[in-house]
Amino acid sequence: MSHPVTELDRVVIRFAGDSGDGMQLTGDRFTQEAAVFGNDLSTLPNFPAEIRAPQGTIPGVSSFQLHFASYDILTPGDRPDVLVAMNPAALKANTGDLPKGATVIVDTHDFTARNLTKVGYAANPLEDETLADFAVHAVDLTGMTVEAVKEFGLSRKDAARSKNMFALGLVSWLYGRDVAGTETYLAHKFATKPTIRDANVAALRAGWNFGETTETFAVSYVVKPAPAAPGRYRNITGNTALSYGLVAAGRLSGLPVLMGAYPITPASDILHELSKHKRFGVTTFQAEDEIAAIGAAVGASFAGTLGVTATSGPGVALKSEAMGLAVMTELPLVVVDVQRGGPSTGLPTKTEQSDLLQAMYGRNGEAPMPVIAPQSPGDCFAAAVEAARIAITYRTPVMLLSDGYLANGSEPWAIPSVADLPAIEPGFATAPNHSTTNAKGEPVEEFWPYLRDEETLARPWAIPGTAGLEHRIGGLEKGEGHGNISYDPANHDRMVRIRAEKVQRIADSLPPLEVDDPSGQADVLVIGWGSTYGPIGAACRRVRAAGHPIAQVHLRHVNPLPNDLGAILRRYDRVVCPEMNLGQLSRLLRAEYLVDVRPITTVRGLPFGAEALAHDLLTHVTRTAEALA
Amino acid sequence: MTTVDLPAPALTAKDFSSDQEVRWCPGCGDYAVLKAVQSFLPDLGLRRENIVFVSGIGCSSRFPYYLDTYGMHSIHGRAPSIATGIATAREDLNVWVVTGDGDALSIGGNHLIHALRRNVNMTILLFNNRIYGLTKGQYSPTSETGKVTKSTPVGSIDHPFNPVSLALGAEASFVARTIDSDRKHLTAVLAAAAAHRGTSLVEIYQNCPIFNDGAFEGLKGPDAADQLLRLEPGLEVTVDGQTWTHDPTEANPTRQFAISRLDGDPDSPVPVGIFRQVDRPTYDDQARAQVADALAAAGPGDLQALLDSGDTWSVAEERA
Repeated sequence: MSHPVTELDRVVIRFAGDSGDGMQLTGDRFTQEAAVFGNDLSTLPNFPAEIRAPQGTIPGVSSFQLHFASYDILTPGDRPDVLVAMNPAALKANTGDLPKGATVIVDTHDFTARNLTKVGYAANPLEDETLADFAVHAVDLTGMTVEAVKEFGLSRKDAARSKNMFALGLVSWLYGRDVAGTETYLAHKFATKPTIRDANVAALRAGWNFGETTETFAVSYVVKPAPAAPGRYRNITGNTALSYGLVAAGRLSGLPVLMGAYPITPASDILHELSKHKRFGVTTFQAEDEIAAIGAAVGASFAGTLGVTATSGPGVALKSEAMGLAVMTELPLVVVDVQRGGPSTGLPTKTEQSDLLQAMYGRNGEAPMPVIAPQSPGDCFAAAVEAARIAITYRTPVMLLSDGYLANGSEPWAIPSVADLPAIEPGFATAPNHSTTNAKGEPVEEFWPYLRDEETLARPWAIPGTAGLEHRIGGLEKGEGHGNISYDPANHDRMVRIRAEKVQRIADSLPPLEVDDPSGQADVLVIGWGSTYGPIGAACRRVRAAGHPIAQVHLRHVNPLPNDLGAILRRYDRVVCPEMNLGQLSRLLRAEYLVDVRPITTVRGLPFGAEALAHDLLTHVTRTAEALA
Repeated sequence: MTTVDLPAPALTAKDFSSDQEVRWCPGCGDYAVLKAVQSFLPDLGLRRENIVFVSGIGCSSRFPYYLDTYGMHSIHGRAPSIATGIATAREDLNVWVVTGDGDALSIGGNHLIHALRRNVNMTILLFNNRIYGLTKGQYSPTSETGKVTKSTPVGSIDHPFNPVSLALGAEASFVARTIDSDRKHLTAVLAAAAAHRGTSLVEIYQNCPIFNDGAFEGLKGPDAADQLLRLEPGLEVTVDGQTWTHDPTEANPTRQFAISRLDGDPDSPVPVGIFRQVDRPTYDDQARAQVADALAAAGPGDLQALLDSGDTWSVAEERA
């Protein structure tokens, strides 16, 4: 039987089920298939904080959205073209996001009266007009899975667990995807459980064959590979890329890495990943709490190692005092904050950018810290290397602000060539740096820990074991140069200003900002930082496609701000700043540049949707045009 | 076992004195401890540059400034965590923590017990004066119940910690107690602690002449012999009618713990000396061994191979 095949340039699929249904794995595997096929893609995992929320309920729904295309895309997509719903709760929770005409594949197996009532369906939505706007394929995926794996003699419950692979096989067929990669993956994952492995592979193949041999689906689709620069690619999540960046930073600086961490969502995967890379001189220390985690990292940095700690917002709050110690002792340190919804415990598994002001100011005293933000999952690699460069070069703690969306989302990543990555120079102090005379008037050479490099204002990093450079540092104010305790008012005033100036001077090492304004005619500039890069870029494309010029600039360095930013902001009649908080960057920019930056904010625990953001941007463009007319 | 380099020139106490003026109150017990440490550091046979003193916050935490070694005066209660990072990062360093009863047992209690259970290579000197000195006289977690202080005008209602019992409960590998006024005992105990591989905890009874003067007066002077139970291996001890021979190397800490309870008994002498001294693998040695094993098994990591791992694909030429 041969099906007609329709070509599409982009598709958004959402797999949704109970949090124990394996939806994240299903999404991951389809993502790998799309990536290897050569599509551009962007993903959005979305899951509850509970490991197993009550079965069959709306709070227990876990989903994975994947946007793949034959051209370069920037977001995981606003609204799914295809929804795979494994139970009534998954259907109910997600139909509101579907556009008219969307394809809905539903596992009918759990559509019992009891389950329907549990999620608030008065009647079976598969049998009334609820889904009239959609192309619904109601199939007993579970029943067919159980049938397909019968030969392996599993319990009914275990047999049904392979239903996610049946669904994956079916969707893979629908989009002409090869499942060989997934078969290899299953063989590896269940190497010690051959029956489970065989059942999963059988379910996967049965799903594919169901699509191929039945007429449930009139057509299948093809989404061709996207254009891409020559090179080697892999799909990567933000947490993995960030971990690799820290491993690379150790290599590029020639320093061992010591990462102290306390488990916290959504940062724990960085601890897990780094714990695998001992061969790279990476040591991980799972501490008794967030404070000990950063304490060990500060100690390791004092001892000549690259100290790293990774956490999320609540952990940053606990680490504040130790960050201040690193500011005062001027030691290299990378603090990773994978932001999540707050305040307090907030929304542990959802994304937000609301720790920016905490990163900037959340310490006692004048305690400036550089703040770096990656803009996409793959970019977490380069951002981590940059954070380490600044930390080591300037002898300062650096805040690396990722977020839940970057951490768990993935995209194709052009793998960098290690040979092209620049070295980072630790430049340890090896000899005394100050000449004086002793009581007898004889010349003496001594070591002053707070003398500074003229250009960077960095102080010398003299590590224990270096003879003749023994010195003491600490949290009390230091006398300029010699570094002994000083309570002198003028000295404190000067040291506070020096520490601020040192961080400010990092801006001199930054490349010029790139403003994306293809027509060069824009009156409105959109500025963002961190993970909003994709949604802002996609929204700007929509605005331009509608015939309106608009410019985009994106910040990797939030502190210090780039030297050319002020001039760029002043070039435009209106500056708009979309953020996943209540306007934290716009506040900083207003204070710094006296420019009337207008915030567009969302705190729904999800990234901006490109369509809604484009609508808001278009309003700004039209109002600006009206004002100028 | 030590992997620290031996020094070429012989050093003296003077070599370990920094150029900073010591600023404790006149009569403070900290002076005696500083003198003792400066005097026996040369005997450890270590290079000055391989010694690191880390402290938290409090009067005793000024200690590192007065020693010409590497040092960090850190933040309140966190010295054990910072020392853990230093010790884990560097096998060649001899790491010390100087702390007080407030720093170690109140704000830093969590770090202390976890350092003890992990058995990280460090020597912790816990100066116990049973009062907050730097903040001018509030009761501490080792102050006796009923203590009248600035913050407890009608008497404290807190039950105090016994630091030695706490450390034994955390299964510390070396636990001792000594007293600032007995230079000889102090030096001997500190030297044994420094020689121990793993976390050594030494509680030092230390007099605060300003806010808690005389807290340990009964343990000093000519009558002290009756008031102190000087623990030595092989010493016969009797607790609650049971008699045994003290053995600090005994793996089971039950009897060592029983001895530690004596100082809660007004009719018993206060035990001082080494309660426990056992060999147990240290955290930092094992962490380094894991790195070394990984290197031995598969060689140094290949960064390019790591980045290239997983499902990859190549685009040979511009794909459009």
